[in-house]
Amino acid sequence: MIDSTQLIQIKGLRDGLLVSMSAAPWEELNAALIEQIESQRSFFQGARVALDVGSQVFHVNELSVLRDTLSERGVMLWAVVSESPTTEQTAQLLGLATRIAKPRPAESTRDAAAEGGRPSAQWIGRTLRSGTRIEFPGHVTVMGDVNPGAEIEADGSVIVWGRVRGTVRAGAGGDELAVICALAIASPQIRIGDVLLQAVERTERPCKIVLQNGALSVETWRAE
Amino acid sequence: MKAQVVTISSGKGGVGKTTATANLAVALAAAGSKVVCIDGDIGLRNLDVVMGLENRIVYDIVDVIEGRCRLKQAMIRDKRLPELYLIPAAQTRDKQSVSASDMVRVVHDLRKEADWILIDSPAGIERGFKNAVAPADRVIVVTNPEVSAVRDADRVIGILEAEEKGTPSLIINRLNPSLVRQNDMLSAEDVLDLLAVKLIGIVPEDENVIVGTNRGNPVALEPKSKAGQAFRNIARRLQGEEVPFLDLEAGNGFWSRWLGRK
Repeated sequence: MIDSTQLIQIKGLRDGLLVSMSAAPWEELNAALIEQIESQRSFFQGARVALDVGSQVFHVNELSVLRDTLSERGVMLWAVVSESPTTEQTAQLLGLATRIAKPRPAESTRDAAAEGGRPSAQWIGRTLRSGTRIEFPGHVTVMGDVNPGAEIEADGSVIVWGRVRGTVRAGAGGDELAVICALAIASPQIRIGDVLLQAVERTERPCKIVLQNGALSVETWRAE
Repeated sequence: MKAQVVTISSGKGGVGKTTATANLAVALAAAGSKVVCIDGDIGLRNLDVVMGLENRIVYDIVDVIEGRCRLKQAMIRDKRLPELYLIPAAQTRDKQSVSASDMVRVVHDLRKEADWILIDSPAGIERGFKNAVAPADRVIVVTNPEVSAVRDADRVIGILEAEEKGTPSLIINRLNPSLVRQNDMLSAEDVLDLLAVKLIGIVPEDENVIVGTNRGNPVALEPKSKAGQAFRNIARRLQGEEVPFLDLEAGNGFWSRWLGRK
């Protein structure tokens, strides 16, 4: 049997533990993690754990079983960091964070965007229900509603083909040209960059929110 | 027999999960099915009281899981309907005493015994909820026409979809047509507009429910109660019948619009 420390690495973060997984099969990684936790129960008791799964693809049932197994041992899984968009979406569906440190390597994504000639975007083809949080270092497009209690935080613009009733932040990395567009809006909180607009009035027509002279303005969304 | 397993959930507490479970169980059993209900709220059991069976409890679900009794010994037979059984929760234990796989195992053993297994989920989205949902074939989410209850229902629906339990159906409980008419309560349309799931029933506010709950007599057994009628209709829809929605406000036009939409 392989030593479990070769399969997984555990290190301390400011606010919990980071478990980095190697490229071994899921069953082995899972077993290695459980073994580590079982052998050092007091160390893990009550810990918040973030999982770095590299480029492996995980599905909902695998992640939810792991989360439940961990919670039965008093360990809380709060984040899954992955290079795979599938795994990232899975984690978001389960309400787990997908980024662990706030000051992200914003420069590198910006450079990559500049090199590619266009920033990347995330497509979400469903309604975001309460408790879902989407973070993305580019634009976000939602085909569906953003319900009360759902949150979006994008470095680029946010386009919602539906109603926005949750909280949305565009230009989170400081891009003041980012915009927020929706077919209808009635939101407790909208932000572009660091400028905040609270209790956004109910508007039942397509609207576009832009940052102008240091304040947010709600305009009609029309073809330009 | 191969039972259908239905879990009744809500997120928020106090919206009527237990009342709905008891009434659907009674209505299904009165229609001739063999029904077993399971109280999933370990530590805060209620379903026995609402069904009027609290004095008969000898064994509970934790006794079954921990092997202190056989499944059949923990099934309390209802005093009114011979084909209705309750497996009560343990009151002196907590949610940690049961795991999702325990629930799946117990329900698996029960499937041969019944037509319907109804599981009353505890409030919240933590372990007790996960346990109650784990063995379900389908989930019914109960909500009230209130902003807080609807938001919690939305969260629960999101979790069920994420865990690939499919889209649940919705019961809107305690709707008061005159408050809706005065614009002082969310309408069924407002609720559905946000939640975007299939409606399986609207239960009107009815004080008979409170009386029945306290006496251990579910209103679904009361031929005259409107809430009882609504629960009986939901039971028929569960069995695959097409039943028109109750005309709670004759001549209003509001409910007839609902009928039109179906």
